[in-house]
Amino acid sequence: MAARKTTKQPADKPNVSADELKALYKDMLLIRRFEEKAGQLYGMGLIGGFCHLYIGQEAVVVGLEAAAEEGDKRVTSYRDHGHMLACGMDANGVMAELTGREGGYSKGKGGSMHMFSKEKHFYGGHGIVAAQVPLGAGLAFADKYQENGRVTFTYFGDGAANQGQVYETFNMAALWDLPCIFVIENNQYAMGTSQQRSTSSAEIYERGKSFGIPGEAVDGMDVLAVKAAGETAVAHCRSGKGPYILEIKTYRYRGHSMSDPAKYRTREEVQKMRDERDPIEQVREMLLTGKHATEDDLKAIDKDIKAVVNESAEFAKNSPEPALEELWTDIYA
Amino acid sequence: MATEILMPALSPTMEEGTLAKWLVKEGDTVKSGDILAEIETDKATMEFEAVDEGIIGKILIAEGTEGVKVNAAIAVLLEDGESADDIVASAPAQAAPVEAAPAPVAAASAPAAPIVDTSPDWPEGTPMKQQTVREAIREGMSEEMRRDDTVFLMGEEVAEYEGAYKISQGMLAEFGAKRVIDTPITEHGFAGIATGASFAGLRPVVEFMTFNFAMQAMDHIINSAAKTLYMSGGQMGAPMVFRGPNGAAARVGAQHSQDYAAWFMQVPGLKVAMPYAASDAKGLMKTAIRDDNPVIFLENEIMYGKTFDVPDVEDYTVPFGKARIWREGTDVTIVSFGIGMTYSLEAADKLAEEGISVEVLDLRTIRPMDTAAIIKSVMKTNRCVTVEEGWPQGSVGSYISSVLMQEAFDYLDAPVINCTGKDVPMPYAANLERHALITTDEVIAAVKQVTYK
Repeated sequence: MAARKTTKQPADKPNVSADELKALYKDMLLIRRFEEKAGQLYGMGLIGGFCHLYIGQEAVVVGLEAAAEEGDKRVTSYRDHGHMLACGMDANGVMAELTGREGGYSKGKGGSMHMFSKEKHFYGGHGIVAAQVPLGAGLAFADKYQENGRVTFTYFGDGAANQGQVYETFNMAALWDLPCIFVIENNQYAMGTSQQRSTSSAEIYERGKSFGIPGEAVDGMDVLAVKAAGETAVAHCRSGKGPYILEIKTYRYRGHSMSDPAKYRTREEVQKMRDERDPIEQVREMLLTGKHATEDDLKAIDKDIKAVVNESAEFAKNSPEPALEELWTDIYA
Repeated sequence: MATEILMPALSPTMEEGTLAKWLVKEGDTVKSGDILAEIETDKATMEFEAVDEGIIGKILIAEGTEGVKVNAAIAVLLEDGESADDIVASAPAQAAPVEAAPAPVAAASAPAAPIVDTSPDWPEGTPMKQQTVREAIREGMSEEMRRDDTVFLMGEEVAEYEGAYKISQGMLAEFGAKRVIDTPITEHGFAGIATGASFAGLRPVVEFMTFNFAMQAMDHIINSAAKTLYMSGGQMGAPMVFRGPNGAAARVGAQHSQDYAAWFMQVPGLKVAMPYAASDAKGLMKTAIRDDNPVIFLENEIMYGKTFDVPDVEDYTVPFGKARIWREGTDVTIVSFGIGMTYSLEAADKLAEEGISVEVLDLRTIRPMDTAAIIKSVMKTNRCVTVEEGWPQGSVGSYISSVLMQEAFDYLDAPVINCTGKDVPMPYAANLERHALITTDEVIAAVKQVTYK
């Protein structure tokens, strides 16, 4: 049950077909372009409140969704737009929720941080740091109770990893062999506090050891490495061996939220990551050098995605605000 | 086509800002993610990134300009082949007009006769049995677990120990370890796990050894369980019960002796039941488990061993939001719930000996609250005393007082008095504890005060 570290997925031996690689590229690019558009709409005042962008972290959720099966569940924090797009939720519905309109997934009543889709087994979108961790274990508890063979991806950040309820949950998940994959999206900054300044352990996944939960660190800028690790974790959970921890080392390019000036790190640090480690550029390179796609193919993909994103923005601007009666609905079932 | 780059809003409250510095100049080619400018908001200096690619055709607002309104055009971005000469200045985008909020609905000054459900809880002639509150709660849970296998019980010591207060005695033997689950001492964690399980369609019953320990789980009760139905636009909620003893027991000191009725009552999305009699404990428990919303079920250790008549019928339920009239009277209305009923009924007996006729209402559920029954009774008696063990400020009684003032002011012949526990943490010393709690004598004194006797 010892924790172990994965190496990177070697680029010359991708664990996917050319078509799958293209699909991963497309899924990541959709998130990137969607988030850029969301940032723009926020700047125009069309999106209010808090808005946490996923730019830079796209490989995490896209890689893991590639390892999931129909019916598997997922739950995450407030940095949730990428997770929703990756599990197949409609870009229009997500964007319209961001603008607080009737056409949004929560009819405009949830906002950026609180969105759900029963149909896609997406259980939120939770605004309280780490609250989604026991909730995710609870979803896995229900799967085990119902003996349906499903697993739950429970995403949280390196900041959330210091909340006590995470360890309460690790304990019970291990005790009860819950089919739960704890995905630590380690983007190195808990809002403005770096991991070095907030976290006693260099490898957060190793904290699972004391509960007997196996885990590994994964290169989160490499979507194929994420997918491979996801497959290991899913196989472990689905076979009834209990929870598994993936600490995925990633990086967010933007501030913690739209109103974060991000003075706790240098512009050069961000630029270096973008230039050298960008998850989308890496796959783009792989597609071109492996001759799986031409520049024109990629341009066409780019164009398609722009169309989807622009349509979502138009939909989100034009969808009406919720009727005032909505104030009083959905309080009680 | 040339596009305008607009002054961005970079915080939830920003309306204007200073364009501190341009990091690009006219003629520069930019791609998405490139930093265009530094903008000072009311809180910080922010970097502003390009979203689209193109060439900076014209800078419209010079760096150093203060008070630039959000959404004002600050530059123009050109696509390949366009010239800066093509730019036609346009007016800044207009902010969407703010819709006027609807006027609040004025409260009716004097109610028409309120519609109150006064049907009896059981028909005359129903066979009855004697049961303690403890047995009634257990029977309610067990009956529901027999009829619905998505219902399960989890909590500290509920299974092998058979309950710290023996509520779940025998349930592990009947339902097995899959459905009667001992948890570690970890309220925050297991409340969250149960809430997650309820999102996925199970119906958890979470026992807190006492509600004092539910404070560790408060975030999941309020933020996760109570609000999710609303936040999801009705897609998913938390059909579950949080239950356990609430309020003072005896000589256990401040941290183990608090009544949380008023705390939970405040939260939309929660329902709050607080039974007094065993029949209500059973009937409300069954209703709570069947309810599709999170229900806070407040029990009381002192009441567990008290015996009452309980209908001996197959499927006895009590609806939420229906007060029970324990005693009809004409001079004053006492409104209470839970263990407060003990003092209320005792006071009513003694006052009857003095010729004061007291009507006693047991709310049974605090949310929804049967305010119609309270108003109807006060329209008859014109006086009201509320009785509870919780603290005075923001008490259940203070809410009832405000409802009566707004909706039955013309019917009141005296100010409403709230009999509550004292405004102190619970002391340990026996004599001090007695004084900290509500007493029957205080209820009697309050009734005499509102009846001017």
